[in-house]
Amino acid sequence: MSVERMLPTLEADDLIGLVRDIAERELRPRAAAAEEAGEYPRDLVRMLGRVGLLGLPYEEVYGGGAQPYEVYLQVLEELAERWATVALTVSVHSLSCWPLATHGTLEQRKRWLPDLIGGDLLGAYCLSEPQAGSDAAAITTRAARDADGYVLTGTKAWITHGGIADFYTVFARTSDNGSHGISCFLVPADTPGLSYGAPEKKMGLTGSPTTILNLDGARVPLERRIGREGDGFGMALEALNSGRLGIAAIATGLGQAALAAAVEYAREREQFGKPIIDHQGLGFLLADMAAAVESARALYIVAARRRDAAQPFRHQASVAKLVATDNAMRVTTDAVQVLGGAGYTRDHPVERYFREAKVMQIFEGTNQIQRLVISRMLRSGER
Amino acid sequence: MKIVTLVKHVPDATADRTFTADNTTDRAGVDGLLSELDEYAVEEALKVGDAGTDVEIIALTMGPGGAEAAVKKALQMGADSAVHVVDDSLHGSDALATAQVLAAAVTKIGDVDLVLTGMASTDGGMSVVPAMIAEYLGLAHVGFVGELTVSDTAVTARRDDDAASETIEAALPAVVSVTDQINEPRYPSFKGIMAAKKKPVETWTLADLGVDSGAVGLDAALCVVREVTKRPERSAGSVVTDEGDGGTKLAEFLAAQKLI
Ligand SMILES: Cc1cc2nc3c(=O)[nH]c(=O)nc-3n(C[C@H](O)[C@H](O)[C@H](O)COP(=O)(O)OP(=O)(O)OC[C@H]3O[C@@H](n4cnc5c(N)ncnc54)[C@H](O)[C@@H]3O)c2cc1C
Repeated sequence: MSVERMLPTLEADDLIGLVRDIAERELRPRAAAAEEAGEYPRDLVRMLGRVGLLGLPYEEVYGGGAQPYEVYLQVLEELAERWATVALTVSVHSLSCWPLATHGTLEQRKRWLPDLIGGDLLGAYCLSEPQAGSDAAAITTRAARDADGYVLTGTKAWITHGGIADFYTVFARTSDNGSHGISCFLVPADTPGLSYGAPEKKMGLTGSPTTILNLDGARVPLERRIGREGDGFGMALEALNSGRLGIAAIATGLGQAALAAAVEYAREREQFGKPIIDHQGLGFLLADMAAAVESARALYIVAARRRDAAQPFRHQASVAKLVATDNAMRVTTDAVQVLGGAGYTRDHPVERYFREAKVMQIFEGTNQIQRLVISRMLRSGER
Repeated sequence: MKIVTLVKHVPDATADRTFTADNTTDRAGVDGLLSELDEYAVEEALKVGDAGTDVEIIALTMGPGGAEAAVKKALQMGADSAVHVVDDSLHGSDALATAQVLAAAVTKIGDVDLVLTGMASTDGGMSVVPAMIAEYLGLAHVGFVGELTVSDTAVTARRDDDAASETIEAALPAVVSVTDQINEPRYPSFKGIMAAKKKPVETWTLADLGVDSGAVGLDAALCVVREVTKRPERSAGSVVTDEGDGGTKLAEFLAAQKLI
């Protein structure tokens, strides 16, 4: 049961076809075992890189796929439907390239962007710290200026791709001027002074490594500062506006996967002499699940179209992230319910979807923070 | 080096296969794709190029209208251009006629050093067309190749069967069919998909090839399919639920079938 999509171009049709083919043949068969074993599929990600999926939303002159967000996000959804960890990788990688692609000088972009989005390298996005999560402006990692650049010292927390990334997009404090004292740095993984904590023992997305990143006097040359000193926090939030749409799309794919598994099971499983889907109490549950997945999809596509049209989309991105991830949580919970006892076992993927959905409500701005963004915009009348 | 890869458009093997009233495979009413076994031939041609040889790869297909889908995949993977032989009188052609037409197309393409094919099509599955083409063209043929090295003047090919591995050398030009063990076909890249749209695809008719339309097609076929019967559906089988006595129940089942 593949999702019917209305894509803007024929090339997008072909792209989605290719992604489905790869996702069905390479991702789906490996997901459950790798998640169980906590193994990150670096080889698959390399293959996706060769195919061109690690640079889809970026400009063609730098080797990107020049795809609108409307298409890029649907690619993420298709990947997530088969393996959320892999979709998250593509989303976080794109996020980590965003500051350079958007705020780098022409020289910086020419020099680094082709490699970053070329498919061989993997990026990480480092904003959160142990004491600064939702309140990201409270970060304390220091970037002290010296003769030929900066020396970075501090601890970054919850870093997706920690220890396996090839470069780290790091936000650090260049002055004490609150949110205006933060700058952005592109730090190669082989920089002396970088070290990593053990992977967090997570509830879900166990194939995706999340670690502490320690910066202990890591020397970063001046030319690797992206944007002006003090502009980092604005860049971090701007990047997250787009990143949130990625999470909305991934959550939608997860919901879609749970819905498909639940429907398949409910058509086959018989109780009281008929398939359980024919008991209205369960059929209506499935109908609500379908409605939740489809409304999530509609919301992120609307937000993406605004972004593609260069319209403000911050409000729509927060709404899409909030609704898509809350819906994914509900749909995956209900999918476990539809499968009954079987849903509670690891013989079926729905318990994994359920565990994976939870974090979607937490990262890239918790859903409380999304509500904060939305309500503040309602208060100020900003669009 | 000029390499022709033969690519066949076949009905999707995962879908139901149906036949038309004249006992030929229904190619109109079903989703089609590039015969998977031909992807290995395309990949092998691309690998010759990857290894540093300057190659021009032409994907050649014969088939009705929808067959462009097969050449499209080959072009997306990296072939440079494509030829599609399409003619109403080809309907129902047998292997011999197919080989004659494809050989004529290879001749018309001209100066071809190597013809690479899959070891069989996933629909007809006869495996004879490559050898027949070689015969028509008067070229060497090596079939079912599991490893291939191509030099400027010759191919060295390994063929494996249950008893032995043979290494065979053949002078170019040659026709080589490859097995599904020879490589791992690449996925097209997104750039490959975009580039494929701009690659030339020529359409040739039998007249373009100088092949007599009376020599091909259903009426000229030397072998005739008299009847096609769908394989009976597999019966549902029986499920043994283990309630602590699964082993006993299995043993009883096997005994009832007189297997133990
Ligand atoms: C698997 C995973 C991967 C991650 N990957 C990355 C990454 O790659 N890079 C990165 O920088 N970060 C990453 N994060 C960090 C993530 O973005 C943070 O966990 C998130 O921002 C929340 O921060 P926190 O965990 O410190 O929670 P806290 O901020 O401590 O929040 C705790 C609770 O308080 C609520 N709360 C906080 N402030 C308010 C408020 N003002 N109003 C109402 N409620 C509030 C929150 O919503 C939450 O429910 C990742 C996290 C996880 C779990």
